[in-house]
Amino acid sequence: MRAIDDRHLLDVRNVRHLYGKPGGGGQLVLDDVDLTLFDNEIVGLLGRSGSGKSTLLRSIAGLIRPTGGEISFPRDGEASPTRVSMVFQSFALFPWLTVQENVEVGLEAQRVPAEARRSKALAAIDLIGLDGFENAYPKELSGGMRQRVGLARALVVDPTILLMDEPFSALDVLTAETLRTDLLDLWCEGRMGIRSILMVTHNIEEAVLMCDRILIFSSNPGRIVAEIKVDLPQPRNRQNPAFRRLVDSIYARMTQRGAAEERQNDGLFPGMGIGMVLPRVSTNTMAGLMEAVSAQPFNGRADLPDLAEALHFEADELFAIAETLQLLRFAELEGGDIRLTSDARRYADANVDARKQLFAQHLIAYVPLAGHIRRVLDERVSHQAPGHRFRDELEDLMSEEDANQTLKGVINWARYAEAFAYDEGTDLFTLDDPS
Amino acid sequence: MVFLSGDRPGSRPLARFLHGGVAPSWADLIAFLLLAATAVLIVRGAGEMSEPLAKLRATPVTLDPARLPEYALLTTLRMFAALAASLLFTFTVATLAAKNRKAGLLIVPALDILQSVPILGFLTFTVTFFMGLFPGRQLGVECAAIFAIFTSQAWNMAFSFYQSLRTIPNDLDEVSRQFGFSAWRRFVRLELPFAAPGLVWNVMMSMSGGWFFVVASEAITVGKTTIALPGIGSWLALAIERQDMRAVAIGVGAMAVVILLYDQLVFRPVVAWADKFRFEQTASQDRPGSWVYDLVRRVRWLRMAVTPLSWPARALTAIDWPIPRLKLQPVRLGPQASRVLDGLWIVVVVAAAAAAVWFLWTFLTRTLDWRDAVAAFGYGLATLVRVVVLIALTSLIWVPIGVWIGLRPAWAERLQPIAQFLAAFPANVLFPFVVVAIVALRADPNIWLSPLMVLGTQWYILFNVIAGASAIPSDLREVAGIFGLRGWQWWRQVALPGIFPYYVTGAITASGGSWNASIVAEAVTWGDKHLEAAGLGAYIAKATATGDYGRVALGVAVMSIFVIAFNRVLWRPMYRFAERRLRLD
Repeated sequence: MRAIDDRHLLDVRNVRHLYGKPGGGGQLVLDDVDLTLFDNEIVGLLGRSGSGKSTLLRSIAGLIRPTGGEISFPRDGEASPTRVSMVFQSFALFPWLTVQENVEVGLEAQRVPAEARRSKALAAIDLIGLDGFENAYPKELSGGMRQRVGLARALVVDPTILLMDEPFSALDVLTAETLRTDLLDLWCEGRMGIRSILMVTHNIEEAVLMCDRILIFSSNPGRIVAEIKVDLPQPRNRQNPAFRRLVDSIYARMTQRGAAEERQNDGLFPGMGIGMVLPRVSTNTMAGLMEAVSAQPFNGRADLPDLAEALHFEADELFAIAETLQLLRFAELEGGDIRLTSDARRYADANVDARKQLFAQHLIAYVPLAGHIRRVLDERVSHQAPGHRFRDELEDLMSEEDANQTLKGVINWARYAEAFAYDEGTDLFTLDDPS
Repeated sequence: MVFLSGDRPGSRPLARFLHGGVAPSWADLIAFLLLAATAVLIVRGAGEMSEPLAKLRATPVTLDPARLPEYALLTTLRMFAALAASLLFTFTVATLAAKNRKAGLLIVPALDILQSVPILGFLTFTVTFFMGLFPGRQLGVECAAIFAIFTSQAWNMAFSFYQSLRTIPNDLDEVSRQFGFSAWRRFVRLELPFAAPGLVWNVMMSMSGGWFFVVASEAITVGKTTIALPGIGSWLALAIERQDMRAVAIGVGAMAVVILLYDQLVFRPVVAWADKFRFEQTASQDRPGSWVYDLVRRVRWLRMAVTPLSWPARALTAIDWPIPRLKLQPVRLGPQASRVLDGLWIVVVVAAAAAAVWFLWTFLTRTLDWRDAVAAFGYGLATLVRVVVLIALTSLIWVPIGVWIGLRPAWAERLQPIAQFLAAFPANVLFPFVVVAIVALRADPNIWLSPLMVLGTQWYILFNVIAGASAIPSDLREVAGIFGLRGWQWWRQVALPGIFPYYVTGAITASGGSWNASIVAEAVTWGDKHLEAAGLGAYIAKATATGDYGRVALGVAVMSIFVIAFNRVLWRPMYRFAERRLRLD
């Protein structure tokens, strides 16, 4: 593999960022992040969604001004100033411009003359394997081709550092793999003219496949908790035992962190309980996972990478479900494994009504917000409470968007459990049992 | 490049010309003739508009059919002049509202109110104002007429643009910031194209409404001054004065031809073209079609002839405004300071509002007392009853018919353009027929003048309901069929919820239009016979005719209040409900 140069291209020092209201009540998404990007390397930022890794990438791209800290691009005497360019998860193409016009857009903003623009764009289109599509509009292209346009557009401005924000996560598995391979080929042959790549991903295998270094982020707030060097030679083989071991160890590391956070959230600070942002995980998905883990061949305990492969889940999705089960005390996560509790085994074997009862007990007992709503409804004579009462309470603790998502999530779980009812038209929580 | 779809880089017109055959087809020839004639006509018409007023008096409008094409052209030119003004207003004011929070706080509600103000009531003020601005020239009166059309178009166009600017997709915004787009490049590359489909649709709807006002505003009597600008509106006014039924019929025919041409040659091609800016990454199934648009794209000569239209657009996109050397660092204010600034802003606005109240009060009380206010309010109630009853009646008629049509795609395809055409047709040119009938039958004007108010606006209900019914997903209809839903249950659970959001949109437009139309519909003349229904529209019309500014202002204010209250109390909650509960996605 290529020797990693020790010249710094990018220095990120003590960066922290707060979202939301300045002054008070903001949400800390990045906390004291340090990062150095060296010449000639691919670095992956790996973490759960909402861990602030995209915020960090956008800060480096100059799209966000972080609340604190410093981002600098040290330069050698002769070198031209560092330029960064970005590839987006959603491709972010202008639908009213052709492929060529989309690629030229960055050059146009730099006021490059039309002829030079044209030849540079054609060269980039050629490099990225898009020739023949110059006059097509994005809506005529498949997802993979669109992301190639996004790549060509980012490369045509001759960036020093290429930033990629989950560039393959909106693509199907096969297309994503083709694109990754093509990109790695171009990188290894040094044909893109870039010095380093910084990519955000939540796909563990993708990170191990592509990166020279992986930085693992924790969530809420986002911090770098581990740095892993990947010394496997390119091209890497997913079936290689060393590759599998690395993937397994990253799984283990990420679940460990998750477990520690949960305990911190509702154990050490009981008052903070309802301030937890709940993921939107459907009760059907939870039931499905409990059934799958309870059944053969797992028998109540499963290795997460194996489970992800068996159920065709991305690691990130699986984490969200597994951690929800953990929050509800239906599962334990440890060392990259998920182990069902005895209640979860009972749940998997029970009929519909027994399942609902079991779920309701766990919901009220272990999800602080659900317990809180239920208590308020029990205490009131009318057994009714307006939705804004809880929404306001949540908005003091989290962003408006998160508050909405959390409340919706809890409503869905409570409806399934028949723990309490909610009427959208009147925005009222009630104890009325519809049965 | 943003503005015209025919041009793609790499296929320059000259190259295209050289590679194609040389022999012109018959379509080429016709197209060329048409375009040349249009150019000449526009130049001639524009020349005529700046004639001195004395010449207008010397050559008054005549009922000579030979001059009708010229009148029609002038009327059309007024429409497009107003459109240009509206676009200018849209791009400046809506941009300001979207980019500057404080300006937005004021502009957005102002636009909302202006949308509800009866435009025809303003004519009195604007004619006086513009004639003062260009004394002795026809231009002043032209400006007043154009301004009347402008006021019927600008507000909802600005609203549409504002809304688009506020909903620009995050990722495209980030791309343009990451590449360091200048403000201008951002406008032509991102904001304008993104807003185009919504804006084009609104422009077209506004134009439809505009025909009504151009007809009403060409022949204006304010106090002792009567001015008739050459145009179809004046032709009709003269025909009515002379009780010449034949001339009225010819005028109506000319209007129909004009609207048909406008619909086929302008409306449809532009809507079809704007479809390419739709922000969907997937190719949509049914795209708006237009034979003119297809023709232009297919016929080589035409395409070349249209290419010059894209040159100014190209030039505009290519402009590189110099980057201002002096870069103002945006000052980051603490939360405290920005709160103080907000407070200051509110104080300024409140002070301005207080001054406005005082000014209005002194203006109104100089000539009026509280009895006038009560009278105007009473008339307002009468007109309110008319609007409510008429919207209810037309809904009862058109909702079932619209649903029937909408569920039959073959019919919908044929009838939808007709409904849109009828909505664009200025109903006021049809008034004489009704008036003659009322006079002949000695019917009660208080009742029989009322239908005139919805004559032109009911079509908005029809074509929106058709659109809603055709948008009901076929799986829902199949479910209804499988479970044998019919009768009231079918209406209650399938048809009505399906069309409701569309119906509300149509009904808002229709009721707003009806309030406006009441000013011309509640007081009509046929030669020396004058019919009047008791209502706020007649009140304003009468005050205008006698040049009683105080009462005009009072009437307009009361009507605005009625319209706004009506919107807030009835339509807005219905719209919210439709948005929340009945959206089909």
